[in-house]
Amino acid sequence: MKKIVALLLAVSMTALCFTACQDSSAGANGVVYVYNWGEYIDPATIDMFEEETGIKVVYDEYETNEIMYPKVSTGAANYDIVCPSDYMIQKMLENDLLAEINFDNIPNLKNIGSQYMEMSKEFDPENKYSVPYCWGTVGILYNKTMVDEPIDSWSVLWDEKYENNILMQDSVRDAFMVALKLNGHSMNTLDETELAAARDILIEQKPLVQAYVVDQVRDKMIGDEAAIGVIYSGEAIYTQRENSNLEYVIPKEGTNVWIDSWCILKDAQNKENAEKFIDFMCRPDIALMNFDYITYSTPNDAARELIEDEDIRNSEIAFPRLSDYNNLETFKYLGEDGDAIYNDYWKEVKSE
Amino acid sequence: MKNKSFTALMASPYLIWAIAFIIIPLFMVFYYGLTNNDGTFTLENVLAITDPRHLKALGIAMLLSVISTIICILLAYPLAMILASKNGSKDKIIIMIFILPMWMNFLLRILAWQTILEKNGVINTFIEMFNALPLFDLPLLNIINTPYAIILGMVYNFLPFMILPLYNSLNKIDPNVVNAAKDLGANNFQTFIRIILPLTLPGIISGITMVFVPALTTFAISAMLGGSKISLIGNIIEQEFSTASNWHLGSGLSVVLMIFIIISMIFSAIFDKDGEGNML
Repeated sequence: MKKIVALLLAVSMTALCFTACQDSSAGANGVVYVYNWGEYIDPATIDMFEEETGIKVVYDEYETNEIMYPKVSTGAANYDIVCPSDYMIQKMLENDLLAEINFDNIPNLKNIGSQYMEMSKEFDPENKYSVPYCWGTVGILYNKTMVDEPIDSWSVLWDEKYENNILMQDSVRDAFMVALKLNGHSMNTLDETELAAARDILIEQKPLVQAYVVDQVRDKMIGDEAAIGVIYSGEAIYTQRENSNLEYVIPKEGTNVWIDSWCILKDAQNKENAEKFIDFMCRPDIALMNFDYITYSTPNDAARELIEDEDIRNSEIAFPRLSDYNNLETFKYLGEDGDAIYNDYWKEVKSE
Repeated sequence: MKNKSFTALMASPYLIWAIAFIIIPLFMVFYYGLTNNDGTFTLENVLAITDPRHLKALGIAMLLSVISTIICILLAYPLAMILASKNGSKDKIIIMIFILPMWMNFLLRILAWQTILEKNGVINTFIEMFNALPLFDLPLLNIINTPYAIILGMVYNFLPFMILPLYNSLNKIDPNVVNAAKDLGANNFQTFIRIILPLTLPGIISGITMVFVPALTTFAISAMLGGSKISLIGNIIEQEFSTASNWHLGSGLSVVLMIFIIISMIFSAIFDKDGEGNML
């Protein structure tokens, strides 16, 4: 019996030690839990934040909005900050998951260009819940050595010349966006005939597609595996650095303009620390570090001024003048029923 | 009495483990699979398997995993016989060679195959190097993003699970039985068909279970080597959980898959009563 008591004691002491250790590992000024996209920050900026503020950052990553949402909405994990995209912010707002941000604590918000705050109103009508972090477009990345005509339209993705040389996005909304835009429809449509038409041309396109991929478009295009790929503009600059034969265009039929923004969750335990973190991310030098590292366009005008390379500072890829393009749209949350229709049609495309 | 409670105490971690990571998750799969969004009972999610798209995905998954299992048997049986026929330290090394890659993450290994098979991948780079020489005109390998690449991935990945049980059951055959057969006038072929094959049946069956079940349910191999162009039932389920956020449908289809798994486990239990074939 004595042995068992000793064993139990040992176990409970280890457990105690663990909790104690955990406490001492928090920074002098507490902790903040951040849940962000994968490869979406320069890790050095986190170290700098911890050093300057004494706040410990617990940092986790997700791959898609859809993976992040159930974790956050069920309360399975206690995060303070997330970085969802436009339509997901709208969905989280509708489900009352976000806290109003106290902008008095975020003086660096002044660095964010006013046009991005304006764009944010599409999903956050009063600019109360989100601070833009990255933005961009979706377009066509092509290899100049494999394509000898000027490309300016989504229709090239249906050109039989490029059979087995096309990379499509393996995600519902992005794939349907391409088809809907090519047909001249809104990418937020819920019209069944428009969606059916989009589904049909996606099925028609399938034999030409080499692979449906998400992040791998980048590596495959760099490795000359395919001639044409659908890609996020933020990846385009990176791929051009690695393979100078690649060129990015925004198709004339229009495309998706997206914003990923910092949001604070309603149940956040460390709201003030979260605001400090967001403010830190809005500092021009920090935003610049992140831009250099992840190459996704920054909405931070002050940071853009600091970019030394003039070609990048004025790059049409990183900072397109949106007024030059027609039919740009931002994804909207379509409700559960709307999502279900898209998913159903996408399943038909994929199982064809 | 005291002894008994001590045993119970020592067993409790395993019990807690089993409840937390086996019983509760299984219960949740069944719960989600048999309810709808309002939490009311329904068979809809399980019967959704009859949807033509789901049936097709299940059919393709069955086809590819049956082909992979057959290839695995054909490759593994001769190798297991070679390994079992000699009694030295060499066969241990060969077994080691087969187990060693399993220490590496499975996704990494599949990713490596992608790089090997790609259009400008390792194999094609070599072929092009040869083709640059006179006299050579080899065709380029073009199987990435096709069902062939998926089968290759399955065979590569699950072959050790076939070799080990076969090797194990071959090893257990008493050499005297084989010698007796030969004494009584059986030739090599007859000995194999009448003696060795029946005695290794438990090993074959448990090998089949260990290859067929994971091959049937895989989604990573088809996504990475098949370019996401071919939907297996595993991909459909994965999509329902990750992007479509329809956990009810995903669980319902999982329940159907579980039925297949249980059937194949019953098979292996019938043929493999002594657990002979199980080495892992």
